Amino acid sequence: MPDITTRLGDWVLDNPVIPASGTFGFGQEFAKLYDINVLGSFSFKGTTQEARFGNPTPRIAECSAGMINSVGLANPGIEAVIGEELPKLRRIFHKPVIANISGFSIDEYKYCCEKIDKEDGIGIIEVNISCPNVHAGGMAFGTSPEAAAEVTRAVKSVTHKPVYMKLSPNVTSITDIAKACEEAGADGISLINTLLGMRIDIKRKKPVVANKMGGFSGPAIFPVAVRMVYQVYEAVKIPIIGMGGVASAEDVIEMMMAGASAVQIGAANLTDPCICPKIIGELPALCEKMGIEKITDIIGCAHS
Amino acid sequence: MQQLMTIEKNEPIADQVYRLVLDGDTSDITMPGQFVNISLPGFFLRRPISVCDWSNGKLVLIYKVVGKGTEYMSTLKAGTQLDILSGLGNGFDMSKAGSAPLLVGGGVGTPPMYGLAKRLVLAGKPVNVILGFASEKDAFYLDEFDALNDLYDFGCEGFEGKGSGSSDTQGQNGHPHNGYPQVRVFTATVDGSLGKKGFVTDCLGEIAECTHYFACGPIPMLKALKSAMGEKISGELSLEERMGCGFGACVGCSVMTKEGTRKVCSDGPVFAADVLLV
Repeated sequence: MPDITTRLGDWVLDNPVIPASGTFGFGQEFAKLYDINVLGSFSFKGTTQEARFGNPTPRIAECSAGMINSVGLANPGIEAVIGEELPKLRRIFHKPVIANISGFSIDEYKYCCEKIDKEDGIGIIEVNISCPNVHAGGMAFGTSPEAAAEVTRAVKSVTHKPVYMKLSPNVTSITDIAKACEEAGADGISLINTLLGMRIDIKRKKPVVANKMGGFSGPAIFPVAVRMVYQVYEAVKIPIIGMGGVASAEDVIEMMMAGASAVQIGAANLTDPCICPKIIGELPALCEKMGIEKITDIIGCAHS
Repeated sequence: MQQLMTIEKNEPIADQVYRLVLDGDTSDITMPGQFVNISLPGFFLRRPISVCDWSNGKLVLIYKVVGKGTEYMSTLKAGTQLDILSGLGNGFDMSKAGSAPLLVGGGVGTPPMYGLAKRLVLAGKPVNVILGFASEKDAFYLDEFDALNDLYDFGCEGFEGKGSGSSDTQGQNGHPHNGYPQVRVFTATVDGSLGKKGFVTDCLGEIAECTHYFACGPIPMLKALKSAMGEKISGELSLEERMGCGFGACVGCSVMTKEGTRKVCSDGPVFAADVLLV
């Protein structure tokens, strides 16, 4: 039986499969369908300081082999997440979870991370830096190495938990951002977030989603994600969680060969709610067939 | 929740409107007003379609061709297997119906009202139904609603709602019905080609008594209805929104209510009218 356990720093995961933030809520919907303890871990819904309704609806658009969402970080706010969601989650999930934190200012990131730092059962704080900085004309933190480093330093100053910076692919040089985060003290890198996209309803002659633009995800973006994970693996020494369009056990293997130590599954959870246990079930046989004894042996093996 | 179902029939019943009859496990469907989410080969997102009727491993859906997905669906032949998430959402609360429920369906908001009417009739309630369509060519299921009168008389659950009632029990609008509960159907079309010219709210004058109303249709219709019914009569409205998953995970379909943010797919699609801001 091949060994499919993997590591993120000191944390040993039973397998590399992790549902991605925003596609798994706080686990409750999926716990009705399967025992979510089969997962390596999961990344909970992106949480901000205050509760957010998010963007106006409609905020979902279909694409070829993917979808656009402009949900806009709808979440109950950090107090409710800690006070209500985490206690409920602990009753159904007995492994460390990944806390996905978002912010629209440096202070908001710090506030949320300081709060979550006091909680047990958090394996990693995953910091989403694709949000616009309201104090810098709305430019996303993750589009400049300086801003990404500033968030990293701010967050690291308020928590001892491992901090993974979740990068936006909507940049000219993903490696510059990754290196800036590493130098600022990040413990790991998660990538990629969604690609900025848009659909227009040709009958109505108007954008499909009310917010006009949104994040493009799904199998269509997988090659972009593999490329960026591959590039970042060469640029940094810290562990990488790879994601973007992963939808099969083969995709997990490919993402790990590019350099990911663990792999998140996003949009696929929405169209096939049992995709994660399916992939976890298929991984050992696939490894066996491929002659992989330890799945960690293939991390970054595509690099010569 | 997730299962394969096999197409038994897929046939047009009005302009661009199709009825899809599926064989499979319907045990996840527990109340009228719920929906299913159908995976179609070649399309990334599933198509959420409201349940029209169900019983004994058969599911009836009615859908309108509005885009490429539903257009593809309309070409599917008997025997085709579909990957379906079944029994999604919260439907209509029949315990609120009272003695004189009113059911209002607009366009393809009509199908869930049929499943609800059937179950109210079987529970011994007289039902008033108002249906609104753009035009006669868009109208469907008028005969099926009327046939629910026969269903009660024979006390048997005819799957497609078509009993073989004798002539004296054919329940036409307002026809005395031997003291049994009856289904009275009123129809409005925007162009006046069938029933009353106008909107469903133009038929409200025909309704002598209403203890609770149930409605599904376009937002302007729901708004007009809620406003016409006022605050004294309770009601339930079924909402529609573009969905990502259909089971509460992506929060793509949220709606702001008087009680805070709710998900149309998993908290709804049916909500008490008084908590909605429409």
